[in-house]
Amino acid sequence: MDASNYLYISALLFTIGAVGVVVRRNAIVVFMCIELMLNAANLSFVTFSRINGDLDGQVMAFFTMVVAACEVVVGLAIIVTIYRSRRSASVDDASLLKR
Amino acid sequence: MTTSTSLVYLIALPLAGAALLLLGGRRTNKWGHLLATALSASSFGVGLYELSQMVGRSEEARPVSQKLFEWINVGTFNVDAGLLLDQLSICFVLLITGVGTLIHIYSISYMSHDHDRRRFFAYLNLFIAAMLLLVLGDSYLSLYVGWEGVGLASYLLIGFWNHKPAYATASKKAFVMNRVGDMGLSFAIMIAFATMGTVSFAGVAEQVDNTSEAALTGMGIMLLIAAAGKSAQFPLQAWLGDAMAGPTPVSALIHAATMVTAGVYLITRSNFVFDAAPTAQLLVVIVGAITLMFGALIGTAKDDIKKALAASTMSQIGYMTLAAGLGPVGYAFAIMHLLTHGFFKAGMFLGAGSVMHGMNDEVNMRKYGALRKFMPITFVTFGLGYLAILGVPPFAGFYSKDMIIETAFNAGGVKGIILGSVTLLGAGITAFYMTRVMILTFTGTKRWDEDAHPHESPWLMWLPMAILAIGSVSSGYLLSRGDALEHWLHPLFDHHEEHEHHLLEPIVVSGLALTMVAIGVAIAFVKYSRQEVASIAPEDVSVFTKIARQDLMQDRFNEAVFMRPGQALTTTLVAADDAVVDGTVRGIGQVAMGSGSALRGVQNGFVRSYAALILVGAVALIAAIWVVVQ
Amino acid sequence: MLQLALEVGQTAKPEAVMFWILGPLAVVSSLAMLLVKKAVHSAILMAFVMVILAIFYIAQDAAFLGIVQVVVYTGAVMMLFLFILMLVGVDSSDSLTETIRGLRPIAITAAIGFGGLMVSLLGRASIGRDAVGLAQANVDGNVQGIAVLLFSTYVFAFEVVSALLITAAMGAMVLAHHQRTTVRPTQRQLSINRFRGESLGTAAGLPGPGVYARHNAVDVPALLPDGTPAPTSVNATLSARGDMLDYKKFDLSEVNTKVEEEK
Repeated sequence: MDASNYLYISALLFTIGAVGVVVRRNAIVVFMCIELMLNAANLSFVTFSRINGDLDGQVMAFFTMVVAACEVVVGLAIIVTIYRSRRSASVDDASLLKR
Repeated sequence: MTTSTSLVYLIALPLAGAALLLLGGRRTNKWGHLLATALSASSFGVGLYELSQMVGRSEEARPVSQKLFEWINVGTFNVDAGLLLDQLSICFVLLITGVGTLIHIYSISYMSHDHDRRRFFAYLNLFIAAMLLLVLGDSYLSLYVGWEGVGLASYLLIGFWNHKPAYATASKKAFVMNRVGDMGLSFAIMIAFATMGTVSFAGVAEQVDNTSEAALTGMGIMLLIAAAGKSAQFPLQAWLGDAMAGPTPVSALIHAATMVTAGVYLITRSNFVFDAAPTAQLLVVIVGAITLMFGALIGTAKDDIKKALAASTMSQIGYMTLAAGLGPVGYAFAIMHLLTHGFFKAGMFLGAGSVMHGMNDEVNMRKYGALRKFMPITFVTFGLGYLAILGVPPFAGFYSKDMIIETAFNAGGVKGIILGSVTLLGAGITAFYMTRVMILTFTGTKRWDEDAHPHESPWLMWLPMAILAIGSVSSGYLLSRGDALEHWLHPLFDHHEEHEHHLLEPIVVSGLALTMVAIGVAIAFVKYSRQEVASIAPEDVSVFTKIARQDLMQDRFNEAVFMRPGQALTTTLVAADDAVVDGTVRGIGQVAMGSGSALRGVQNGFVRSYAALILVGAVALIAAIWVVVQ
Repeated sequence: MLQLALEVGQTAKPEAVMFWILGPLAVVSSLAMLLVKKAVHSAILMAFVMVILAIFYIAQDAAFLGIVQVVVYTGAVMMLFLFILMLVGVDSSDSLTETIRGLRPIAITAAIGFGGLMVSLLGRASIGRDAVGLAQANVDGNVQGIAVLLFSTYVFAFEVVSALLITAAMGAMVLAHHQRTTVRPTQRQLSINRFRGESLGTAAGLPGPGVYARHNAVDVPALLPDGTPAPTSVNATLSARGDMLDYKKFDLSEVNTKVEEEK
């Protein structure tokens, strides 16, 4: 069993997450896709730590998880706030930066 | 070569007059004309002094030079601004200043009612200065400065009454056609520099033997073009008739005596070039012959007295050009005819001015008639000039014109026969149209308008006319007595090829010429004296008359061949500039704007499209790494 | 194909089996997460993917991380997502049509390009042929190993991340905070409101729960002192549906009013 197979899975998951960010309109689903991307990166870290034989990759993944958790907290709070004032959770509604 | 310090005064005096009158403005109105006349006369005085000095010296020491300053010093091109007064230039200097001063005096009275009189005299002085620079320059480049100067003065003077659009256009036409000729002079100077490395007369004369005949022929043709432009020779002759829009003194000075003779001066001065390039010389002769006939034919149909005299000038200069193209034998006769022509033509122009002055500025000869009783002095002076131009002995024209006819015949072979016949025929036609002018103006019945009351001109006007009439009578004899002028100019020309063979004896030539003249006079007499002269030009005339009235279609030709294509070219170029050049510039702007609009679509404010862009950017980055890793 | 299957099947180790089952499953689930219409379904699928990843971590000798993945990600983060979805609208769904022109093709092309490039780059990489394995690093146990690194080499990052956590929590509180739109009523105002109500009967407020209750089920009404059921003690929906039980069953047959004296 080749450890690099996990790397391929990680790349695929990351790609799917990237497409999801671009394609979906619901803000929460977009957020979930971002989480998917982070997780794919975590998988890569863990695989590399296994390949290299030391735990640095796992520590990195740990930190990533912590930061992702913070990010989710703040991000969802923002989404809730926006939803309260605009009554809509679609990312397309915030388009005031257009030309 | 003797040096002198006084040559510059010849030019400086009238130039100072011009500057003073133009810069001084209205303050100089009261005495400006008198000062200008005095300066012109003083220039004549200096010229007489120089002549007296020159006559006393030996032949080799006669030419006098004065270096003014070092003008151009670029690499191998060194030109000094200098003046050269030799036997040829002194003739011109005296002609210009002498006739010029007389015309200054005439203009005091002729232009007395014009409130721009001061400006007129300033321009006259400017002309005198420029023409003197032209004949006194010691290099082609200095000559060019004078050449341009007289062109400018001519433009200013023809268009002196430029509040009339037709006159302003006429001056522009003269200037533009002159410019075409000036191109020729520029090219000649360029050829001289390119092949010989020098542009001074002495330098070029030395280098002629080392230069290829092709280069010399080219230079000769270019000089011929320049002369044709300035002297109103074919094919650049169309401006002379329209130049009569200027005041009559201008026509007398510039377009009879001096400026139009500058071309002949140029050809004569460049004799070393033409003598070494027979093809160019042949062209000179051909141009002279064509113009001779051209001018004569136009002169027969003109009702405007000034235009008739202008056509006559064109024809007479054709004689001079023809003579100059005959080589060393002909140069002296060309100059002689030039000098005598200066007298009688200027005199006739001043006479025409006098007639106009008495007839309320009417120029149409059909409105004249029987003026000899009312303007006797004018009649006499004009008549003496008329006899001179006909070539009746012992008047001036007899000597000069007959010598030209004789030299033409003596050129030998077919060329000689053709040229001789042309000159003879020209003499006959000259007699015809000049007699027509005399008859229509001074004899016959009155055909005046109601408000005409002809009177003799004041003394300030008829005195110069009288002096010029004396010249018309005596100058020919004086110049040819004992071959005076020929010997005077002899050292300048290269005579090693002279083979005098006489096809016809001189007396035979004179007889033939007089016969032609008599025939011409008789035809004119019969046509105009015996029959009624209509005061309005008749319409049902032969096609030849119609063509002659149209100046032998010269303007039509110029318009069709040069003007219309030129206009079409400029229109095309303007349209092309607008469409192509401006279009490209506008196109670039529009491309920029279009691409800006296109790119602007990217900024649509949607987060997802920005995210997509980030993704694409990441892909690009990885692709770059992929390529590097390959 | 058959050869590959035979090779895989004959040399399969448990990990390979697990990988080849769960790997494609994870990919399919995440694709489905993209494609389903309802947001709640996306959340559930996401949780599923998280769990699969946790299994991957454990399979790769990262036991601590795997448990933390389940606890933090699946347990906390995904549940947080579900709560927010509940707030925002469980039924919220995206329409399938794309409003921005050309975005889908660009995204799909970029994704294929990205994926393809990554896969080919990985294929060329010369790592992963011989994985060292974490047997040596985990010699004292996975948690101990991570702790050693965490508190020595990465202690500074650790401190910074904990500061980040605190900041995030505070940020969430600030963001979720409601500003009062009306003036806070004073004690005096509250009293006035109480006694100026419809009737003085409501001035004392309702009795606390359990005072008149006969039973602790939601569909048994509380009895007022005169024996009638209190209308507000049962959910209006239940009583409208007729689910309210008969109170008489719970009535006390006799009330013992004898007072026992204290000895």
